[in-house]
Amino acid sequence: MQPIIEIRGLEKTYASGFQALKGVDLDIRRGEILALLGPNGAGKTTLISIVCGIVRATAGRVTVDGHDIQRDWRAARSLIGLVPQELTTEAFESVWATVSFSRGLFGKPPNPAVIERILKDLSLWDKKDTKVMALSGGMKRRVLIAKALSHEPSILFLDEPTAGVDVELRRGMWEMIGRLRDSGVTIILTTHYIEEAEEMADSIGVISGGRIVLVEEKAALMEKLGKRLLTLQLQAPLDAIPAELADYPLTLSDNGRELVYRFDTQQERTGIAGLLRKLGDHGITYTNLHTQESSLEEIFVSLVRERA
Amino acid sequence: MNLHAIKAIYVFELARTWRTLFQSIAGPVISTSLYFIVFGAAIGSRFASVEGVSYGAFLVPGLVMMSVLTESVSNASFGIYMPRYSGTIYELLSAPVSAFETVIGYVGAAATKSIILGTLILLTARLFVDFSIAHPFWMIAFLMLTSVTFSLLGFILGIWADGWEKLQIVPMLIVTPLAFLGGSFYSISMLPPFWQKVTLFNPVVYLVSGFRWSFYGAADVPVALSLAMTALLLVICLAIVWWIFRTGYKLKA
Repeated sequence: MQPIIEIRGLEKTYASGFQALKGVDLDIRRGEILALLGPNGAGKTTLISIVCGIVRATAGRVTVDGHDIQRDWRAARSLIGLVPQELTTEAFESVWATVSFSRGLFGKPPNPAVIERILKDLSLWDKKDTKVMALSGGMKRRVLIAKALSHEPSILFLDEPTAGVDVELRRGMWEMIGRLRDSGVTIILTTHYIEEAEEMADSIGVISGGRIVLVEEKAALMEKLGKRLLTLQLQAPLDAIPAELADYPLTLSDNGRELVYRFDTQQERTGIAGLLRKLGDHGITYTNLHTQESSLEEIFVSLVRERA
Repeated sequence: MNLHAIKAIYVFELARTWRTLFQSIAGPVISTSLYFIVFGAAIGSRFASVEGVSYGAFLVPGLVMMSVLTESVSNASFGIYMPRYSGTIYELLSAPVSAFETVIGYVGAAATKSIILGTLILLTARLFVDFSIAHPFWMIAFLMLTSVTFSLLGFILGIWADGWEKLQIVPMLIVTPLAFLGGSFYSISMLPPFWQKVTLFNPVVYLVSGFRWSFYGAADVPVALSLAMTALLLVICLAIVWWIFRTGYKLKA
């Protein structure tokens, strides 16, 4: 199936000379949730802003459902809803007015039933006549989401949707994003909460220094790059790793009281059984052991570091 | 053509007017009434008639023009500056809305407001002085042309300004002085010859003169020239707005 968004050779150099994007190629599949991960200043927001028409690209091409964002901008933009990172709202307007305004702006005729459903979905219905300025931060964020959904877009960009949102609300927002995906909306979210990507995304793109470092299905990424650690708490501390065990990738920590074995989940034989047997042969005894999977965060940090 | 967007912007902007009804409408109406009381009734009663009409009646077109000019600039500039300042402009920039549609929405709303205001001032003036309108069609034409032109100017100002100070300083240091010196309160024939020449560089002179002609049939400058100058001003503003959107000046990085 044709990707819903195709980005080719996208570059952006700001007037200050700062090169935010250095040739980005990216395909986003229809109906998926793509999480764009990257440190601050990696180019996440610039990338989104170009696709949405807020920033002009220096070079490259973007198509949205086959519509070129330059030549066929009206059709391309009509398909997209954007929730910006900053909580920018029309402070003096009522929730109802500001959401209805957005629908009109995107070229859709008024439809109170749609606005009502969106506001109810986002638990904003009882606030519909409240001025936006009187709402809490979490509610304002939801107003921004309601505005972005007001014209029933098929693609939704969420630029750090849960920044500054409390834990409970974050859960609620994840659930809502999941429901949107189920209704067929393609969702692109940027975040630097790895937890968020891990929880929600189907695919993960890592962007660093203006380049896409990788795009991969989440499960495949975890499997491919996931390292496991086996940690053994030793009965007696070791000064150094015995020469007989030099074949194993072992490290000592906690002043020699812990022995850490790093193994790859991809391999058929982990070597754990062999290692434990050898330890017994050499009289190294341990009181406890546990294994641990590397999180997306660790994968991410190591990726960015490799590239740097 | 995204008509829904034009309507959305237009309605949204006018809603701002109803919300701030007192500031936007009552304020200028009250201050104009004060002008009539002070200049028209109190001081004006000691003046001889100007160009064949009583000084009070002479003042009416000038005062309407002055309020329409200043309010058009301030309304339109505020309308577009506000979303730039608060950041909500992202939505406009990401929407399937062309520059032309944006301008119709914002400038149309600001001009509508000015026309309503101008009409209200005329009605208020009627309470104080008796006046007639010789050419109602041209009166309306000048009123609309001026409202649109100066709303465009305000729109440009709102995009150019990068702070509240700049937003205030242009109306205060340029628009208000030009309006005061543009013959709102006097006929330029009352000035010494040298200043009569200087004053011809003030675009407001042509607006006020043309507008006053539509009331009393007498003007400081030929009415065709008034119309031409107003149209020229309109074209200049349109050209600047076109350039702004083409280059993305202060709107897009």
